[in-house]
Amino acid sequence: MSVSSPTAAADGRPQPRPPARPPLFRRRTAIPGFGLTMGVTLTILSVIVLIPLSAVAIKSAGLGFDGFLAAAFSERALRAYQLSFGASLVAAVVNGLFGALTAWALVRYEFPGKAVINAVVDLPFALPTAVAGIALASLYAPTGWVGAKLAMVGIKAAYNPVGVVIALTFIGLPFVVRTLEPVLRDLAADVEEAAASLGAGRLSIIGRVILPALAPAWLTGFAMAFARGVGEYGSVIFIAGNMPFKSEIAPLLIIIQLEQYEYGAAATIAVVMLGVSFLMLLVINAIQAWARRFV
Amino acid sequence: MTAPVTRNARRATEDPLWIRVLVLGVVLVFLAAVLILPLGAVFAEALRKGAGAALAAVSTPDALAAVKLTLLTAAIAVPFNALFGLCASWAVAKHDFPGKALLITLIDLPFSVSPVVAGLIYVLVFGAQGWFGGTLLDHDVKIIFAVPGIVLATVFVTFPFVARELIPLMQEQGSDEEQAAVSMGAGGLTTFWRVTTPNIRWGLLYGVLLCNARAMGEFGAVSVVSGHIRGLTNTMPLHVEILYNEYDFVGAFAVAALLCLLAIVTLVLKSILEIVQPQVHAANHVRPGAPH
Repeated sequence: MSVSSPTAAADGRPQPRPPARPPLFRRRTAIPGFGLTMGVTLTILSVIVLIPLSAVAIKSAGLGFDGFLAAAFSERALRAYQLSFGASLVAAVVNGLFGALTAWALVRYEFPGKAVINAVVDLPFALPTAVAGIALASLYAPTGWVGAKLAMVGIKAAYNPVGVVIALTFIGLPFVVRTLEPVLRDLAADVEEAAASLGAGRLSIIGRVILPALAPAWLTGFAMAFARGVGEYGSVIFIAGNMPFKSEIAPLLIIIQLEQYEYGAAATIAVVMLGVSFLMLLVINAIQAWARRFV
Repeated sequence: MTAPVTRNARRATEDPLWIRVLVLGVVLVFLAAVLILPLGAVFAEALRKGAGAALAAVSTPDALAAVKLTLLTAAIAVPFNALFGLCASWAVAKHDFPGKALLITLIDLPFSVSPVVAGLIYVLVFGAQGWFGGTLLDHDVKIIFAVPGIVLATVFVTFPFVARELIPLMQEQGSDEEQAAVSMGAGGLTTFWRVTTPNIRWGLLYGVLLCNARAMGEFGAVSVVSGHIRGLTNTMPLHVEILYNEYDFVGAFAVAALLCLLAIVTLVLKSILEIVQPQVHAANHVRPGAPH
């Protein structure tokens, strides 16, 4: 068989070579279905997500500049943002601390019931928010099992901003744990061993080796928990108390404006919240890009 | 002093016993307060007046109608988003085109939107005062305060689940196998069913599982578009709210307990999938606004 011609036929006669394919054809685009799947993807994305989302911007723009400012930054709206952002921040800090300890325990320790604890961490992803809301309210209300004990030491944990923080802590926990876990697992033990063999104590290993390596993932998880808390509704309204100016979150204010047929005002508050979510997305992406540069 | 070096080295990465006990204790108390006790509270409250009362509460006509509507909504929204996810991941992961990162971000967008805003946008588009409100009224089609609106809002909030599970998985697997199949003469559909599907089925199942949990449990978005008409536009989470606000706590927590069972089944299946196919979850860590 002719070596120079791999396409030689059985009778040994060289066959004409097939024409060389144009390079573009040999790239990934050789796989069919691009036009169809891309078309379907863009159509559905536009109809379900993009066009309806543009409705809030258009509706809000219909108020005019002054109308927009009046609706977006009314005293009541400002108080609602303050609560939504403030409580989300506090809850994210709480989760940043306890979530990190949880991730540490799940990655580094062996203990009975670990598989169950690992699954339970995802509960906020699987449990409907309304169920979480009534469960937390019944538990932390002054008549509730935990709430009664807290009331004895003078802490009111429901129907006030503290209740909002509790609900948002529930919602945000898995974000911190699940972003830290893979980083902790990949953290090479030999780096710690090297530090130890050079005489570093446990505390300085944690402070100088482990924490710096965790920082980007930690910030990412923190930002995700915060972003999720700002928009949260179902788990919060049952435990918040929902007093205007005091314990009324921004998403609830949207619903209240909607029920009063103030569509423009509802859309305007939505635009402010969308703007903040968009900002958070940028921050999270920037943290991840920054982390990739140093890893 | 005479301990072998390897033992010292191992001990260097291990916390002392008292720290381990302290950390584990703090973690367990925290998880109990935030996750485990609330879960227990649901069942305790549901069974406060006995199993009979709880069963009676979940078998009222309104509760059964809510269960039916929740199942119907998930039965439409989940397959729809699964098909969308398959389409989107095929287009994104198996082909090169400019603007890919932007498209992935846009597909993820619903996770960064408050559920309440997700409901609001459909009211602005299809509501009586909305863009198509007049047209819909003329043709006697009801979307807001009716089942189609509930399905639409649910599709929106669960939109990225399957796609975000499949895109990284399919990107990681590359397209060599598909190219081999196509170059040997297999058609696009054959290639998809025979080559791609076996590689992504666990990821698909994982995405569908999370999508379904969210679809059945969605509250905020559905609450805005539902109108809360008992027996007609009340899903299970909305029914929980109505009963709770009427101080029918046994009823509210009994329906909530059904939803808890759904969550527990979801978590068990999720754990099994992660054990069977560890790379499914490893391919995709949590991103902003993931499921709840």
